[in-house]
Amino acid sequence: MSAGEPPINSPEIRRLAPVIEPGHTYGTVTDKISAIVLTRPASLGWFAGFTVSFCVVMMLTVALAWLIIKGVGIWGINVPIGWGFAIVNFVWWIGIGHAGTLISAILFLLNQKWRTSINRFAEAMTLFAVACAGIFPLIHTGRPWMAFYMFPYPSTMGLWPQFRSPLIWDVFAVSTYGTVSLLFWFVGLIPDLATLRDRAVSKPKQIVYGMLAMGWRGSARHWHRYQSAYLLLAGLATPLVLSVHTVVSFDFAIAIVPGWHTTIFPPYFVAGAIYSGFAMVLTIAIPLRKAYDLEDFITMRHLENMAMVMLATGLIVAYGYFFEFFMSKYSGNKFDLFLVDQRLHGPYNHYYFALILCNILTPQLLWFQKMRTSVPVLFVMSIIINIGMWLERFVIVVISLTRDFMPSAWGRYSATVWDYMTFVGTMGLFVMLLFLFVRVLPAISIAEMRELVAETSEEHK
Amino acid sequence: MIEHRSHIYGVVGEFENEHQLIHAAEKAREAGYRRIEGYAPFPVEGLSEALGLKRNTVPLITLIGGLCGGLGGFGFQYWVNVSAYPLNVGGRPFNSWPAFIPVTFELTVLGAALSAVLGMLALNGLPQPYHPLFNVERFAKHATTDRFFLCIEARDKKFNLAEAARFLQGVDAHHVSEVRDD
Repeated sequence: MSAGEPPINSPEIRRLAPVIEPGHTYGTVTDKISAIVLTRPASLGWFAGFTVSFCVVMMLTVALAWLIIKGVGIWGINVPIGWGFAIVNFVWWIGIGHAGTLISAILFLLNQKWRTSINRFAEAMTLFAVACAGIFPLIHTGRPWMAFYMFPYPSTMGLWPQFRSPLIWDVFAVSTYGTVSLLFWFVGLIPDLATLRDRAVSKPKQIVYGMLAMGWRGSARHWHRYQSAYLLLAGLATPLVLSVHTVVSFDFAIAIVPGWHTTIFPPYFVAGAIYSGFAMVLTIAIPLRKAYDLEDFITMRHLENMAMVMLATGLIVAYGYFFEFFMSKYSGNKFDLFLVDQRLHGPYNHYYFALILCNILTPQLLWFQKMRTSVPVLFVMSIIINIGMWLERFVIVVISLTRDFMPSAWGRYSATVWDYMTFVGTMGLFVMLLFLFVRVLPAISIAEMRELVAETSEEHK
Repeated sequence: MIEHRSHIYGVVGEFENEHQLIHAAEKAREAGYRRIEGYAPFPVEGLSEALGLKRNTVPLITLIGGLCGGLGGFGFQYWVNVSAYPLNVGGRPFNSWPAFIPVTFELTVLGAALSAVLGMLALNGLPQPYHPLFNVERFAKHATTDRFFLCIEARDKKFNLAEAARFLQGVDAHHVSEVRDD
């Protein structure tokens, strides 16, 4: 902090902490954001990052190709533990996506101005996370080329999907979620694509952005309908995002496996999804604002607000853990009791302790404002929380499946190198898509930033 | 004269900020112009009212889309489980409707969201590869960046090129230009 600035924790200053630094006009926000895409040459750092993530994606393609050649036997899954890494990673990725929709839809409905500069890349993050998530259930079917069996289509065999199964609900929930997220993102992009079309100097860029902008010209009648559609999409995406992780939790909760068959799963999965999603938004936002000098737009206020959302959802998750524990004691069900014992004393207890450390203990530091406003602390913590949420899904999937009702059905699980390659590979895909995204599309909504400039200049009058 | 007019789309005036645009739109309606349209780089509060726009039909289209998705989704599951492919799972009723709710819900949202977006685009006449306004250089350069425009269209009954241009200058538009459509 420079000497001239007032102390950040004085209540007046905190109330006025800006969502956009003063002095910006319609022209300057447009210039600054569109320049990243149109004029700024790609930095060495960008090429380095893109190259590394591209290599990781190549590793993913190797892992997937070998899987298709050999089958799921190359993974660590076995007979009691049929779900392994594929489902752990699927739930982890789809959860990460949830923060993007939460920021763009729920904070929009709540009229939270601070969402404006982070919603675009948070939505992009959602799409890329859903893309990574979608890979896992597909390849884990064993014969991914038969995956179309899960969709209702008039087959010559006269077969239809089993609509009473949560696995089919999942197909509908995730594909609807992917589609609606894409629509929401694209509708938000239309005015910005028009801006890029009008500002691009090279012919190919003008043509590509022009086709994507579909002839948008900012007409008042168009804006009028556009705003209705955007508001409706936000209203639709809100219950949708809550439903998606609820349906994912049904994959577990509908089964009778100890540790899965609980009614607390839907709310606790949704809170966990938002928790990990906000952590991922921070993981992306902190390097992004640094690399492209976007500190004026993604201010400390954004980072602190996200930290507070993480603290709140983290506490809900902690409450969920506590009640899993409590209900097994209170119900006296011996299988549930045994599962708790196995979490604490079983062969995978170090995963459980690491999970408590990452997800419950570390985030308590966020109660302190000094921690919430320290960029390095937030960055490290966001990564710790992401690890913690991955461990949570590991604990749920693996411990329950290795400790079923009958000792004869017990087993052990350890992932193989192919499991790790696939998991790390999807991270590479995610990062590579983000690198491409920041170069070809505006990472911050330009039209909404202009609106914010108009509103804040109104307040100053 | 009529021959000449068919190549004119209208007259457009440029404004510095959204307040001037709203003011000009109100004045234009007072002056009796009806075929007018404002252009802004972001949704301007109060502009729809100033232009006298009525409520739009996007919400209705969305409602219909959502109802079709929901009813269609439930009806389809009912048909599959009761008539097309009845399967006795542990003696549960064929029409085990609570199990159909998640898919019904998802299809409701999907139907509504698709019709909201496609409905909005269709009503807006997008995609539209060509529009005469882009022939105006300053419009093409600034309309989606930092300037506000008001266009009085030639199909307005009261339209007269010189008068409309004078009117726009009278409400403090700078860079008034005619919009050629050829």
